[in-house]
Amino acid sequence: MSENLVKIKAPSESLFSKKNRKLLIEPLTDNNPVTVQVLGICSSLAITVKMDIALVMGLSVIFVTAMGNYVISALRNIMPPRIRIIVQLVVAAALVIIVNEILKAYLPDISEQLSVFVGLIITNCIIMGRFEAYAMANKPWPSFLDGIGNGAGYAILLLIVAFVREILGSGSLFGMPLFGDAIEKTGLYSMGYVNNNLVILPPMALIIVGIIIWVQRTKNTTLQEEN
Amino acid sequence: MAMDKESNAYTIIFATIMVVVVGGLLAFLAISLKERQDANGEIKKKMEVLSALLSPEEMMKVSRENAEAEYEKYITGGVVIDVNGKVIADGEKGKDAAFQTNIQAQYKDKNIAVNKRTYPMFTAKKEGKTLYIIPIVGMGLWGPIWGNVCIAEDKSSIAGASFGHKGETPGLGAEISLGFFIDRWVKGDEKITDENGDYQKFDVVKDGTGGQTTKIDGISGGTITSEGVEEMMNRCLVPYTVYFKTL
Repeated sequence: MSENLVKIKAPSESLFSKKNRKLLIEPLTDNNPVTVQVLGICSSLAITVKMDIALVMGLSVIFVTAMGNYVISALRNIMPPRIRIIVQLVVAAALVIIVNEILKAYLPDISEQLSVFVGLIITNCIIMGRFEAYAMANKPWPSFLDGIGNGAGYAILLLIVAFVREILGSGSLFGMPLFGDAIEKTGLYSMGYVNNNLVILPPMALIIVGIIIWVQRTKNTTLQEEN
Repeated sequence: MAMDKESNAYTIIFATIMVVVVGGLLAFLAISLKERQDANGEIKKKMEVLSALLSPEEMMKVSRENAEAEYEKYITGGVVIDVNGKVIADGEKGKDAAFQTNIQAQYKDKNIAVNKRTYPMFTAKKEGKTLYIIPIVGMGLWGPIWGNVCIAEDKSSIAGASFGHKGETPGLGAEISLGFFIDRWVKGDEKITDENGDYQKFDVVKDGTGGQTTKIDGISGGTITSEGVEEMMNRCLVPYTVYFKTL
């Protein structure tokens, strides 16, 4: 009986069907894990001072969500339900250690500045949230896309916040000075412009995230809750 | 074959296979990347030695790419001494021996008695003057702190310093690694020996009367870390003053 059932195959879907593209694009905007679901706030406040650090962190999270979603989805039918959360944690932890070791070997300076936050990707709610909510119930390929989408949604927010903070706080972009030399007082600095040190501090990141959420909700009224 | 996924046997077998696979994968990765990571660590150590010798402006030009060359340019030799100032290694082998001596590991290792620790030192030439760079290690509030102290040609005045820490409180204890705190050790007339060449203790004070030969202002809110720096200096530098007398 069961053998007969297996033979009836679902109509195969193209790799980037409309449904799959939605998985990729929706987390970037209307279902952004940070601004809409308000997950992963802690690290987005801590490591958005400089663009290059935010970029590496964003890529690391994309790698972990995408690969993790794929592995969890592939294992979902053979996984013992009783230790499901433990299996998810082991997969997330293993991927995070892989990222951490590779960063230490190839990008030591950025690895030093990210310090504990790479290790703390394990505790990022986006990861376990996607494993449990999506990968456990869907096939590997859509799960992989969902992972990339959600990771990228997080990364994009990091980059937007870091963009504002690095320009206003350090007067540079990817480490390249924009307004002249702050110490030598050249360019804009010779006219009395100073970098805003408040923007470097974490509370300002929270305010920037708040402004992004405000703008997003004003533009997209479906996100507003009815009272 | 249908297997009961709820059964204990299945759960245990699954968990065992998972742990072995993940453990093997991570062990393989760690071993294959170790060489590169160690090389990065050595370059970092060379940069820390240089940062005691060079001014912040000069240090801006030192990056991971040219740290090796800059290190070879400035650091001319090294010695390793014991707690009584007796030479263990110098001359040809001294430079490598000093670099390979891991004082942080010795400080942590409870099996190495305090008087069995070894003390490395680098000699450097800058603008025609001979300088001595001494690595030091100690304990802050939350974890290890370390540094390098550069002693001038008179073998007593502090010509430069750099401090590092693993996880001191940002804004409080972590400020030991910043320029303003280092300047308190460097900018005045700070000397590690008195006129007889004996070590004179540093005192980190709270009342703002620092800035004299052996009195240094601490950091408000970073008392324990500041005292950690004091303890680290007073413990680590003594054998070198004994050694300097023999030169």
